[in-house]
Amino acid sequence: MNLTLKVWRQKNATDHGRIETYEARSIPAEASFLEMLDIVNERLIEGGGEPIHFDHDCREGICGMCSLTINGVPHSKERGITTCQVHMRKFRDGDTIWIEPFRARAFPVVRDLVVDRTAFDRIVAAGGFISVRTGSAQDANALPVPKDDADASFAAAACIGCGACVAACKNASAMLFVGAKAAHLNLLPQGKPEQDKRVLAMVRQMDAEGFGGCTNQYECEAVCPKEISADVIAKLNRDYTAAAVKEAVC
Amino acid sequence: MNPLGKAILQFCRSTIGRKLIVALTGVLLVLFLLGHVAGNLLVFQGREAMNDYAQFLHTMLHGQGVWIARIGLLIAVGLHIWATVSLVKDNRAARTERYALPATVQASKSSRIMIWSGLTILAFVVFHILHFTVRIDPALANLPDAAYAAAHPGESRHDVYAMVIKGFQNPLVSLFYIVAITLLCSHLSHGIASLFQTLGWRSRKSAALEKQLGWAIAIALWIGFLSIPAAVLTGALKDKPSVSGQKAAIPSDPAAPAPRQG
Repeated sequence: MNLTLKVWRQKNATDHGRIETYEARSIPAEASFLEMLDIVNERLIEGGGEPIHFDHDCREGICGMCSLTINGVPHSKERGITTCQVHMRKFRDGDTIWIEPFRARAFPVVRDLVVDRTAFDRIVAAGGFISVRTGSAQDANALPVPKDDADASFAAAACIGCGACVAACKNASAMLFVGAKAAHLNLLPQGKPEQDKRVLAMVRQMDAEGFGGCTNQYECEAVCPKEISADVIAKLNRDYTAAAVKEAVC
Repeated sequence: MNPLGKAILQFCRSTIGRKLIVALTGVLLVLFLLGHVAGNLLVFQGREAMNDYAQFLHTMLHGQGVWIARIGLLIAVGLHIWATVSLVKDNRAARTERYALPATVQASKSSRIMIWSGLTILAFVVFHILHFTVRIDPALANLPDAAYAAAHPGESRHDVYAMVIKGFQNPLVSLFYIVAITLLCSHLSHGIASLFQTLGWRSRKSAALEKQLGWAIAIALWIGFLSIPAAVLTGALKDKPSVSGQKAAIPSDPAAPAPRQG
């Protein structure tokens, strides 16, 4: 496959950055998207150029490190997968592909396509945990959890914290991430006692990091590689309001 | 500041708190619109029904009812605008560098123009109040209800029925009205479904129903509000004397056909 790549290049956090054009010739259709970038980078290095910097780790869709916006859509327009799971056979010979970093003020660009997503770590550090040791895995049914709650909690816990929700949102809102991280604990008996404290702290940290607000357009849900439902946002709205009322009057 | 005041202030400053204010004031404004369109449709019942309704609004609770409603609406509109404008400012600041190739996966067009549809509706509401409430147009300011004056010697009331028809006979007024109401329909198609999410009542099971409810209310309001200028512009609704107006024999409209009986 012969492709034209329009890639965001930025030397460092203070550089203005620009889109640069690369011709990617003879790319095998069976290559993954990141392998395609590896090939382009090898050629850049051979030619004495600076390779395109991008984040990656497991390359099997579970670590949440890869973070490319491909043709305007985080992780590409393919549903339910991460960038590393995108294959070149999904493109056509002669295509022009735009590759940009995840865009948000709270995710500053470090270099080229690498962004700093430690804002997510600070949100989790604010309350996305259970502060007492909950022991080893329980015997089945020792701690009764309704099946629906267990399923909803598990679905929310699938979040890999990649930040695609923020990158896709028109407002760079982190509500799907925060909703998922809060819901997977709030739905379980181990997480319930700290629910109010958790949502107040996490939402306040989210706002302090400079993420935008949710306008219910569900772009986040559409690009989430783990297909987390925007139901977790409704639950976060409900839990935060209840916690704020309790904080005000109790 | 006391802890309660601090907690309320903190909630109102949070993105979720401001969204909740938008949702709750939105509910009030939708309820007002449903009442408003129901009242407006009385124009099809004729002059007497319309003017009786207008008189009722101005005299309920000894004339204080209309002011309670106006102040309540003003507060709701003010809070709705403050919260949305401040959220939009924060949302824009949250992405300083835009995508070179922006793309939209599933966000509706209506959801993407909320601030512009909202501000157009605001401009229209200001015009609408000046037009029909303050009555800055002299042609609409002095329209006594002759039939009422004839039936109630010594009393007078404004002929709202005639004012509405004369107002909409101006094509520019009707055009602005049609544009604003269409944008209102667009605004509500997203806004009503959204308030369920903001209030925490949306789930995968209920999402489709809530979206349909939003569209149903928006379309019902669109048809209800626009039926009036449509009827005036097509000539279906004319400023002709009503049955009781027959006795008053309004001299300003000699060409009007004989009123229908019954």
